[in-house]
Amino acid sequence: MARYVVKRLLLMVPTLLGVAVMIFFLMRVVPGDIVELRFAGEGASVSRDNLDKERARLGLDAPLWKQFMTWIWGIARLDFGTSMWTGAPITEEIRLRFALSLQLAVMATVVAVLLALPLGVLAALKQDSWLDYAVRIFAIAGLATPSFWLGIVFILALLIVFKWLPPMVYTPFWVNPWQNMLQLIWPALAVGYRYSAVATRMTRSAMLEVLREDYIRTARAKGLWQRLILSRHALRNAMLPVLTVVALEFAFLMGGLVVTEQVFNLNGLGLLFVESVAHRDYTLTQALVLLVAFVFIFVNFLVDLAYAWIDPRIRFR
Amino acid sequence: MALARPLETVEAPPAQSGWLATSVEFCRRRPLGAVGAAIIVVMFVVALAAPVLAPYDPQLVDFAAMLARPSPAHWLGTDSFGRDVLSRLIYGSRTALIVGFVSAFVGATLGAVLGVGSAYFGGRVDLYMQRLMDIFISFPLIILALALVAILGNSIPNLITAITVPMIPRCALVIRSSALSIREMPYVDAARAAGFGHSRIILRHMLPNVMAPYLIMVTAFLGQAILLEASLSFLGLGVQEPLPAWGLMLRGAAVEFAEAAPWMAIFPGVAISLSVFAFNLFGDSLRDALDPRLRTQ
Repeated sequence: MARYVVKRLLLMVPTLLGVAVMIFFLMRVVPGDIVELRFAGEGASVSRDNLDKERARLGLDAPLWKQFMTWIWGIARLDFGTSMWTGAPITEEIRLRFALSLQLAVMATVVAVLLALPLGVLAALKQDSWLDYAVRIFAIAGLATPSFWLGIVFILALLIVFKWLPPMVYTPFWVNPWQNMLQLIWPALAVGYRYSAVATRMTRSAMLEVLREDYIRTARAKGLWQRLILSRHALRNAMLPVLTVVALEFAFLMGGLVVTEQVFNLNGLGLLFVESVAHRDYTLTQALVLLVAFVFIFVNFLVDLAYAWIDPRIRFR
Repeated sequence: MALARPLETVEAPPAQSGWLATSVEFCRRRPLGAVGAAIIVVMFVVALAAPVLAPYDPQLVDFAAMLARPSPAHWLGTDSFGRDVLSRLIYGSRTALIVGFVSAFVGATLGAVLGVGSAYFGGRVDLYMQRLMDIFISFPLIILALALVAILGNSIPNLITAITVPMIPRCALVIRSSALSIREMPYVDAARAAGFGHSRIILRHMLPNVMAPYLIMVTAFLGQAILLEASLSFLGLGVQEPLPAWGLMLRGAAVEFAEAAPWMAIFPGVAISLSVFAFNLFGDSLRDALDPRLRTQ
């Protein structure tokens, strides 16, 4: 087991290195750089000399491979550098946004799991009944509804019915937990609906498969309570694929909520990414992408570990 | 001489049922899928007949009718430029279908070829290919698409490319796992023994046998591509004004004037959801029909 964990952790390095190479060079291909953009914003005509000086200050005049090596060497020492746009340390820039994205992702996961488990199990138990059809339509509609649009509809409904507008300023959890929850519950619901749709479908199909297994028939034959059969025998075995989609969706939420964050005026990682790309803030964009990729790969790794824990038949070499 | 029965009495194999019979059977057994297919057909008709169906020019600015409520003149109201929302929705279906279809087909096809190739060659090729796909997949779909749009610039072909690229590795992974078992089939060995080249074996012998997962991926990607296009356009990084596109219609004024003119924000979202809903519904039924393991009794 320990060997497996170490091996998997080591295997993350080449993948992350690949991601680093890719985003580094992708960013350099984007037309225009931060120096041009910043001076263009000031409107005044700037001499070539000044542009070159600014580039030299940011280290953009060095050959590409040198820039890359400097950056990677920094990452290896966990030094992510400073944002080219604001000049603040990147860890500083990311920390607050990360907390927000994490909280939103956790809340959406809670919403999704609370909806998905009962709905998925019920639909599987009553396969092809009206209930099953209703759950399936609910789930497919969830996949089809863009969460940012659902967010707009929520805001609209709140505005018209309660005359309530999401506040412009974000209240962190440790300042006022109640205010903070009130602010995040709507985006969490908007995102959670889609998320729950994915999980509901997986719960339903996994349950359908498990319910046909021999051991369920055995459990029924020996007269076990339905509730016990469901919780101990069926659900536990159906959990693996559900866990996978829930975890992958969670990883996706950490960086992929670009549009919903925009709608609710939340400064999360997704919005930070869009801004940093727009500013051609190379260092910040690279760090963000690396972070999001790391979260994704790490969550995948945790899922694999959880498999072994839930299902004793799976043993790793 | 009882054995010498005339040949004609030997039962003829059942005639190949035509596509019509197959479709009727599909509709009867999978009503949800049929509903999805019907919505898709309607969408196609609307997109093709847009000039006939749309009551106004979708780009016609009419300052006399800014933010007009839904009325007999403008069934779904007008936007902040006085443009007819219904006409923009109708023309927007063209954008959605073109972007959706091209990127889903190209993405799934390239992914299928890569996936089958990876499974066929195995060994080193497979290993490196998998590592490369892992790298691509660790980017969230929208992040990769955003980065590509930033590089390529705004135009419909570039938008399609940006949506297609992130789909390729996702399809390749799925197709590879089905192709792995096909590689072990005797007919692939036979083809190799007959001295056929790699490309012929991949294209003629293996690809046709991953049709089922391929079709499933195409329908799944269709919905996703439409959603992605809407998201990018909403962010202002996809289709540009004044072209009509559903995601774009939700941008800016639709949110600003949401209270005064909710129709601007509601209807485009309904159009997006309905079309993706239809593709998902159809895709699900198609998957159930094609995958015998998932068949319900």
